[in-house]
Amino acid sequence: MPGVAMTVNGKAVSGEVEPRTLLVHFLRENLRLTGTHVGCDTSQCGACVVHVNGKAVKSCTMLALQAESAQVTTIEGLAKDGKLHPVQAAFKEHHGLQCGFCTPGMIMTAVDMIRRIPNLDETTIRQQLEGNLCRCTGYQNIVKAIHAAANEMKGAHA
Amino acid sequence: MTASIIGSGVKRKEDHRFITGQGRYTDDISRPGQAHAYFLRSPHAHAKIKSIDTSAARAKKGVVAVFTGADLTADKIGGLICGWMITSKDGSQMKAGAHPALASDTVRYVGDHVAIVIAETHALARDASELIKVEYEELPAVVDPAKAQSAGAAQLHAEAPRNTIYQWEIGNKAETEAAFKRAAHTVKLSLINNRLIPNAMEPRACVGEYDDGTGGYTLYVTSQNPHVARLVMSAFIGIAPEHKLRVVAPDVGGGFGSKIFIYAEEVVCTWAAKKVNRPVKWTAERSESFMSDAHGRDHVTSAELALDADARITGFRVKTIANLGAYMSTFSSSVPTYLYGTLLSGQYAIPAIYCEVDAVYTNTAPVDAYRGAGRPEATFVVERIVEEAARQLKIDPVEFRRKNFVREFPHQTPVIMNYDAGDYEASLNEALKIVDYKNFPARKAEAKSRGKLRGIGFSTYIEACGLAPSAAVGSLGAGVGLWESAEVRVTPTGGVEVFTGAHSHGQGHETTFAQVVAGRLGIPMENIEIIHGDTASVQFGMGTYGSRTSVGMTAISRALDKIEAKAKRIAAHVLEASLADIVFENGEFKVAGTDRKLAFHEVALNAYIAHKFPTSEIEPGLKESAFHDPTNFTFPAGCHICEVEIDPETGVTTIANFVAVDDFGNVINPMIVEGQVQGGITQGIGQALLEHGVYDTESGQLITGSYMDYTMPRADDVPNYKLGLTVTPCPSNPLGVKGCGEAGAIASPAAVINAVTDALGVKEFEMPATPARVWQTLQARG
Repeated sequence: MPGVAMTVNGKAVSGEVEPRTLLVHFLRENLRLTGTHVGCDTSQCGACVVHVNGKAVKSCTMLALQAESAQVTTIEGLAKDGKLHPVQAAFKEHHGLQCGFCTPGMIMTAVDMIRRIPNLDETTIRQQLEGNLCRCTGYQNIVKAIHAAANEMKGAHA
Repeated sequence: MTASIIGSGVKRKEDHRFITGQGRYTDDISRPGQAHAYFLRSPHAHAKIKSIDTSAARAKKGVVAVFTGADLTADKIGGLICGWMITSKDGSQMKAGAHPALASDTVRYVGDHVAIVIAETHALARDASELIKVEYEELPAVVDPAKAQSAGAAQLHAEAPRNTIYQWEIGNKAETEAAFKRAAHTVKLSLINNRLIPNAMEPRACVGEYDDGTGGYTLYVTSQNPHVARLVMSAFIGIAPEHKLRVVAPDVGGGFGSKIFIYAEEVVCTWAAKKVNRPVKWTAERSESFMSDAHGRDHVTSAELALDADARITGFRVKTIANLGAYMSTFSSSVPTYLYGTLLSGQYAIPAIYCEVDAVYTNTAPVDAYRGAGRPEATFVVERIVEEAARQLKIDPVEFRRKNFVREFPHQTPVIMNYDAGDYEASLNEALKIVDYKNFPARKAEAKSRGKLRGIGFSTYIEACGLAPSAAVGSLGAGVGLWESAEVRVTPTGGVEVFTGAHSHGQGHETTFAQVVAGRLGIPMENIEIIHGDTASVQFGMGTYGSRTSVGMTAISRALDKIEAKAKRIAAHVLEASLADIVFENGEFKVAGTDRKLAFHEVALNAYIAHKFPTSEIEPGLKESAFHDPTNFTFPAGCHICEVEIDPETGVTTIANFVAVDDFGNVINPMIVEGQVQGGITQGIGQALLEHGVYDTESGQLITGSYMDYTMPRADDVPNYKLGLTVTPCPSNPLGVKGCGEAGAIASPAAVINAVTDALGVKEFEMPATPARVWQTLQARG
């Protein structure tokens, strides 16, 4: 089996994988980083979103081998020095999760969305969540959480 | 008691692990030495299995074993069961065919289980399944419930002639017919309640494990009710005695009913774990979830309302055909009967009701409870026909409802239910205020100026939840009681562990239950741990469905009564006071009229060191349990109002405004309650506008087998909802609470379709209101 090496959450990792192994399965099974979830088989639900070289990627749409030498961040690597990322904190504050299954993908998508789009409004957030499904919350509190985090992060950078 | 924590929007204790990726769902569990399972499924809707040849698959490198139905039969493993016996109107019992975990001679729906392949990896198991040679003889299929009973239709089970499982009735036929004879007006409506596919975001999964040293099995499974799973797998399926089977339902990523049921995969993986002497893990791919999770709804109904000259409802008759799919799932029989017919009085004083339900087999996935279970179907029938009656009589639908509301409580309906408390006018008035009803005509005119069709629809719903008084459900055919248990263990340092038989899969029990304990004992939330979902630690429990958390919370409350009583006795000895003088408030045991007192944790320590009270009278320790059986259902009710705007050029329907005012009695955590309502409404809007589980009528193939074909509500399909609460405390439990988990999904579809039909100016419209259907209706209307 071919070898693959990358940096995940700041740590150098490597492993042997079948060529068909998806990045999400490498993360979950080889590295036991089970915070990244698999919710579908058609790249629709977004439960598997991670950051690859700083951009949000559905890790079920990418082979592990394609992530050779990449910098990967998963939900487990988002909090720094025991301090929650503002998006994580906002999801708790605004009750943006219920069962928690879609949450890692939602949070990783939201972090990327806030990075890309300077002035997020509610309509834009809803459109940008097109690739993430949640069955519990009805999205209202997810949108609220992302909006609040975006505003807070803007304030922090100003 | 520190009452302030009750009713406060406390942030959730469980969130930290979920937002940091440390949740522990079934698929996150890997057991040492585990092998991976893949299920070979039927590609046909209906076929005889002439032969199965697994030799090539078994010979493949990396394959551990392949088993078929014959192997289960050889080990005397029983089939899956339906736990609620329904009696037909002719007195006969329901006619159920066998439901083997792996089909042996016939497959009856696309996705039916044919064989299990166990291999070193999931990919290998999947590859090997393609080497299994199954010779099928295809048979004709029937998928439409309205056609299932016809003479020429394909027959699924010999036990059920004309695919008819039961023909059930409720209400008073003679009085209802008399009401129709006397009626000044009658209103008729044909309705289809579309088939839904639940789609909890976490696919079903399980890990079965066998310990040869102890002879015990452990099953990790995505379940809403692990004790029920253990009971069924032990007593009926024969995997192992209950005391040799541990079932763990860890973090579960949503259920909505679909994870109540005992499915083939978990049965087979647990059994196979002993056969291969390795843990066996299976996780559904989403397409398997679409095919094999129990679906919801799928009713065909005709309804008729009788009214007097003053527009009062005098009679209501309903005939429904309910599609139960190819096999009877765990609680499927109860959904279109006792969870449906009993709610047909809605919020209205209707003197005579008669409802007939035929349940039929078809070549489709089994249909069972899905969020609301029977009550959304009932509410859809009632609220659609009430709205239509108002329109035909040219009365404002609000005034028509007011005229017919139940106003005195308790109210005995003609269909079993006894409504204990409510104020339907209050929630209606509050919703009208929020929606600004009097200015709707202006909004409609403004929309018209933009070329849009605006409509408004109402749904004043009632539901019965908090399932359920055991003797009552027993008399109606339930195979189980629906009480709940709780055990409260106080540690010597004053921490509290609560073991509940309820299961949390998104509901936030770890927070709300802790609020109940903190409010009662006056101790901080962080000193309380809520433990659920493991038969090895929780004494027994019936799990979570039917918005029955009120039952679990009341069980905790009753166990706390006992804790308080014993703690007072201990405190009296330690404080050398008379028991009658001990009062418990704000977390302290005090001697009335003195400054002598003990904190809760001091009493806890005394309970365990047992130095200062006679152990001949009072046992050491502080641990109590309670089994609470509710005395009635709880009856949440309220008013949902929806405004839609339709673009006649594209047929796209947009939710322009959605107001929900609900009466859930006393509220423990308003933040969590709002979240439940928002999620429920979104599922209801999904049913009304987007979602539809479709089978090809000829081939029986599932057309909507992925997220590419089945339209889940996304963030930009729904707006922010405007929510309100009115409160009439529930009289049948000490906390005064009612269920809140299903109301959104129960009430909203009727509100949406009433708004769509108002906008389009049509009488009947079949859900979901997709752009294509709306556009076609507009074209036909001209």
